[in-house]
Amino acid sequence: MIARALALVLSLVLLAPVASAQGFAGLGTDAGEGFTRPERGQPLVFPRDHGPHPDYRIEWWYLTATLTGEDGRAYGIQWTLFRSALEPRRTTGWDSPQIWMGHAALTTPGRHFVAERLARDGIGQAGVTAEPFKAWIDDWRMTGTSGTADALDRVRLTARGVEFSYDLDLAAEGPLVAQGDEGYSVKSASGQASWYYSQPFYRVSGTLELPDGPVRVTGQAWLDREWSSQPLDPDQTGWDWISLVFDDGARLMGFRLRDRSGGGYTSGTWIAPDGTPTPLAPNALRFTPLRIARVAGRDVPVDWRIELPGRALDVTLTALNDAAWMATLTPYWEGPVAITGSHAGRGYLEMTGYDP
Amino acid sequence: MLVALTGVEKTYASADGPQRVLQGVDLTLDAGRSLALTGESGSGKSTLLHLVGGLDVPDAGRVMVGGQDLSRLDDAGRARHRREGVGIVFQQFNLIPSLDVAANLSFQARLAGRHDPAWSARLLDRLGLTGLAGRYPEQLSGGQQQRVAIGRALAARPPLILADEPTGNLDEATGDAVLDLLLDLVRDTGTALLMVTHSTRLAARLDARAHLSRGRLA
Amino acid sequence: MTGAALSALWGHWRRHPGQSLTLVLGLALATALWSGVQAINAEARASYDRAAAALGQNDLDTLGASDGRLFDQSAYVDLRRAGWLVSPALEGRLRVGERSVTLRGLDPLTAPLAANPVDLSDPGDLAPFLRGEVGYLHPETLATLDPTLLPLRVAPALRLPLGVLIVDIGAAQRLLDQPGRVSHLLVWPNQPRGLPALDAVAPDLVRRAPQARADVASLTDSFHLNLTAFGFLAFAVGLFIVHSAIGLAFEQRRTTFRTLRALGLPAGRLVGLLAAEVTLLALLAGGIGLGLGALVAALLLPDVAATLRGLYGAEVTGALTLRPAWALAGLGLALAGAFAAAAQGLWRVLRLPVLAPAQPRAWLRASDRGLVVQAAMAALLLILAGIIALTATGLIAAFVLLACLLLGAALALPPLLSGLLALAARRTRSVLGQWVLADTRQQVPGLGLALMALMLALAANIGVGTMVSSFRMTFTGWLDQRLASEFYVTGRTQDEADAIRALLAPQALAVLPIWRAAQPLAGAPGEVYAVADHPTYRDNWPLLRAGPQVWDRVADGTGLLINEQLWRRSGLQLGDRLDLPGWSAPVVGVYSDYGNPKGQVMLSPDRFTALYPDAPRLGMAVRIAPEAIPALRAAISDRFGLPDALMIDQAAVKRFSLGVFERTFAVSGALNVLTLGVAGFALLTSFLTLAAMRLPQLAPIWALGLTRARLARIELARAAILAALTALYALPVGLAMAWTLLAVVNVEAFGWRLPMFLFPGQWAVLGALALGAALLAAVWPVRRLARTPPADLLKVFAHDR
Repeated sequence: MIARALALVLSLVLLAPVASAQGFAGLGTDAGEGFTRPERGQPLVFPRDHGPHPDYRIEWWYLTATLTGEDGRAYGIQWTLFRSALEPRRTTGWDSPQIWMGHAALTTPGRHFVAERLARDGIGQAGVTAEPFKAWIDDWRMTGTSGTADALDRVRLTARGVEFSYDLDLAAEGPLVAQGDEGYSVKSASGQASWYYSQPFYRVSGTLELPDGPVRVTGQAWLDREWSSQPLDPDQTGWDWISLVFDDGARLMGFRLRDRSGGGYTSGTWIAPDGTPTPLAPNALRFTPLRIARVAGRDVPVDWRIELPGRALDVTLTALNDAAWMATLTPYWEGPVAITGSHAGRGYLEMTGYDP
Repeated sequence: MLVALTGVEKTYASADGPQRVLQGVDLTLDAGRSLALTGESGSGKSTLLHLVGGLDVPDAGRVMVGGQDLSRLDDAGRARHRREGVGIVFQQFNLIPSLDVAANLSFQARLAGRHDPAWSARLLDRLGLTGLAGRYPEQLSGGQQQRVAIGRALAARPPLILADEPTGNLDEATGDAVLDLLLDLVRDTGTALLMVTHSTRLAARLDARAHLSRGRLA
Repeated sequence: MTGAALSALWGHWRRHPGQSLTLVLGLALATALWSGVQAINAEARASYDRAAAALGQNDLDTLGASDGRLFDQSAYVDLRRAGWLVSPALEGRLRVGERSVTLRGLDPLTAPLAANPVDLSDPGDLAPFLRGEVGYLHPETLATLDPTLLPLRVAPALRLPLGVLIVDIGAAQRLLDQPGRVSHLLVWPNQPRGLPALDAVAPDLVRRAPQARADVASLTDSFHLNLTAFGFLAFAVGLFIVHSAIGLAFEQRRTTFRTLRALGLPAGRLVGLLAAEVTLLALLAGGIGLGLGALVAALLLPDVAATLRGLYGAEVTGALTLRPAWALAGLGLALAGAFAAAAQGLWRVLRLPVLAPAQPRAWLRASDRGLVVQAAMAALLLILAGIIALTATGLIAAFVLLACLLLGAALALPPLLSGLLALAARRTRSVLGQWVLADTRQQVPGLGLALMALMLALAANIGVGTMVSSFRMTFTGWLDQRLASEFYVTGRTQDEADAIRALLAPQALAVLPIWRAAQPLAGAPGEVYAVADHPTYRDNWPLLRAGPQVWDRVADGTGLLINEQLWRRSGLQLGDRLDLPGWSAPVVGVYSDYGNPKGQVMLSPDRFTALYPDAPRLGMAVRIAPEAIPALRAAISDRFGLPDALMIDQAAVKRFSLGVFERTFAVSGALNVLTLGVAGFALLTSFLTLAAMRLPQLAPIWALGLTRARLARIELARAAILAALTALYALPVGLAMAWTLLAVVNVEAFGWRLPMFLFPGQWAVLGALALGAALLAAVWPVRRLARTPPADLLKVFAHDR
């Protein structure tokens, strides 16, 4: 997930597609002026916290879904809305110092479609409201349709690219899951942290529009909500992040941080079928690349062995489509995976920092 | 006495320093007579001929032609001498390429204001050029060109013909024929002839011979 | 062997430094003029492209209000929320002290990359831009403004067009005081599938195809084509020099070639060595030429920029940047030119028999057959020119016509001269005269190229001179008619304009409106003007065509006037109806409108106000006694603080207009002079090389009884005869060229046709110039001849001393 923050920061900085680690590091030093920092012990409040937190520097509404079509084929979609603040305030008109960015993707075994949108705050082109829940950029929407329960219980999700679109209905079959300490999620040994909660229990149905025509699909989705103000460690070169949904109803969120010294640091959360989260001890989770594919001029590990000895977990992740490359202003890899081994299921894999 | 040279000296600048080409030459030629001037290469034959033709002036001594001291003449006077006093036949023919045979033949005579169409026609006839009158020099053989040159020299009826190796560029048979024509014509017209040649065989056919060696008459 | 051969071949250039210089200088001059023109064109094009790319107008559709007015940005949000990929823009004029710039507001987050001229990729740049703290200007524009008067911090950006200040859309709305308003939307080229129809989302907006550089570039194309044609002419003239120099170098080395071949050098190798030699010389000369070309361009560019600004409103930088494109093209052309000039020589060397005569063939008798072929080609080209003149249209065709005319006329020159001289020789009784004429005739092939170059340069001078002078004569007369009012005032705002009008009305004889609105006409940018019903126009306006009661028809709103450009472009005739948005009326008159590339319509003020209610009505023409102007100017200045630039009297407008006119043709004039210079140089080199070869021809004549002085005089006369005949011949060719320029090129390029006036005074000057050039070119070799010592003449005869 931290990787997504990096992607956002870089994307906004680099309107011209020039990747630069210095850009991130340079921004890191002067960012955070006047922004609120996450403080442990402040409980999340809903529906307020479904909405934006303009006094925090970065924030996202991040949804991935693994789907199966009527035709029996596997699909995956991604829908993300990022918010980035130049200053910790919001106003109306072009002066509002907040920027919105959307990423949408649709992955099939043979194709991977990507779309990206940018918008200014303050003119109505993009934004998020908590009550009623609405998140949008252009004609991409994540809209709460639930009448009485939590605003995120029922959600309609749409997005459109030049060659694809989708329109999905999401219904939560489990509770919201606070990550870390009641939502206070520590990101590094030096104390960087974010507010982080998830809804990993969506059941999905809807329609994908592909160049060949519409496909009705069903499946499962996972929403992440996170906001923070703190820049990341400039020594970190990239991240491998997974969200896995096992057939037995359990979920696993995990990530590995790679740094310049070649070392790694892994962490994550085990989520029981009833939604009870158990944070994992540092480096309890083991990531081993199994297969490297040549994607967009880079060497990217698309198949992985994931081990969690404490849960007798030893699985292989296999990418649905090696070429799930997000050719956005800041590019990264994000796509659906199949899980085999000690546990079976499906999930999403995100990898950043694999430079050419 | 048509030509009289006394104590003529001529020095040319050359890459190897001044070169004394003529070192005190005395020579005479009477009207109507022919004289062959022989000598090795560089002996000064041509230079002597050029002095007599008014093409150049001596550094010292006198060149008298037809009673005129050429070295006392100015540019215009020497030009008149060349025009009216002599006819010159060169080894390289030196016809005017832009004019046809008839025009070439009468060119000098017309320059001198002595054009006699009947005489020119006779010359053409004598030289065997009648059928070639409308041709241009480059369309003629070497022998034909030299015959035109001889005609040109004689057309103005000068008292003196100067010929510088007139057959030097021709093969022996052609050369002999051309020389026969030249000698016949000067004899018939009573013109004096001063001819430079390196060939004793040809020189023998003239009235008198003079031999130049290292700038002096032997 | 190759090395030995090389040193033998190069020895020639060492021994003939003058010839090497001629060759290199000729090619360098040709390349210089050509690449100079190319550099100017490249610079201008780069400026246009910057301007066009600035808002993506070169390849993006735009959405705008049908009446061209500003509209609310909610239409933008609606379109985005319906899925349409569009980006907002707001454009307007921003006054900075007494100058003004085009203010362009855009949203860097949604602007298509192609339309985003500012690099905001540095992390520190985006935030201040979005906050409206920073704008971007071309440094050249920035230098002309007082930075303390700018409303925000301005950073330089080289990719921007001149005169355009790029800011964030929010800042633009604030600076132009148009909160929430935009002027148009840029449409991304690739839109998502399945979008709702445009008119369902934004019914008030009209989608427009890219202007496809219609604005500036297409208007100025003709100007650049003009320059290019001149560049080519200059290059062609320069090639004549190169041809004669290379030809001579080959001719003089025939002995060397023969010897080398006899010593066993294969013909192919010899040609290869010579080709390498030509390449080397061409590169050297091309390099020098590029340097000179850059100099020429740098000298001319400010004039060109001023012309383009004055005539077309196109902003072109006055500073030259080195662009590899024209530099490489220049070198390539130098190479191609050198090889074109050397081809004949190389071909001859390849076919040279080992035992060819060693004597230079330069004095071959004029080949009548060659002249006949040349005459036939000339006739063919001239016939082709005639056919094009009668049938084809378009600017390219016009220049092809010019090329055929000039080339045909040039090719015809040597046969004509030869024939003329032959004729004269036959009729001459004097023997010297016959010889001079016959001999001159023989020189025609050797001097032909130089004479052709001189003829072309003279014809071009006569043609362009006649065109420019005719234009100037027409233009000044037209200005007098057109600028009948004595004083012109423009208010800065509508209120100010109204107040000034109220102030002026009681003091002036008349205050006439100068109101204009931009209006596409016949598919090109155009404008509509209001014209009051007043004797000022009835008595003076320069009408080319007029129906009955033309001014009454305009005044009562039942007719309109169009300018000549629109008349020619649209093919409308008197009585045909012209459609304007919301109105259509018959054309009742056509007026001449020189110096304006755009189509124009004039209609009554009432009609104008009805059709363009939002058009600013700021300008007015004041009829008043000239002596009252200073007082009036002071009064307006005192009361409104109007800067002088907005109050112009008739004399100033005329001065300005004539200034624009003169600058427009300053470049043509400069190129003309340079071309004539090159031709003069060609003539000089030809005479010099011929002089070296003439000694063997002149020596026999001298020997036959002519003085050197007389021969020299004859040589001078010969040059004079040739130059005079060439100049005489150039006259009709130049007039034909002038006609083509006035009646064909101007109509195509500018949209107006001008009457042709003749200026015999100019011809006399040019004729004298040509004669002078020829005599000057001949005098040096002639002086040398007059001073040749007899010994040198005798060398021609000498085989022995």
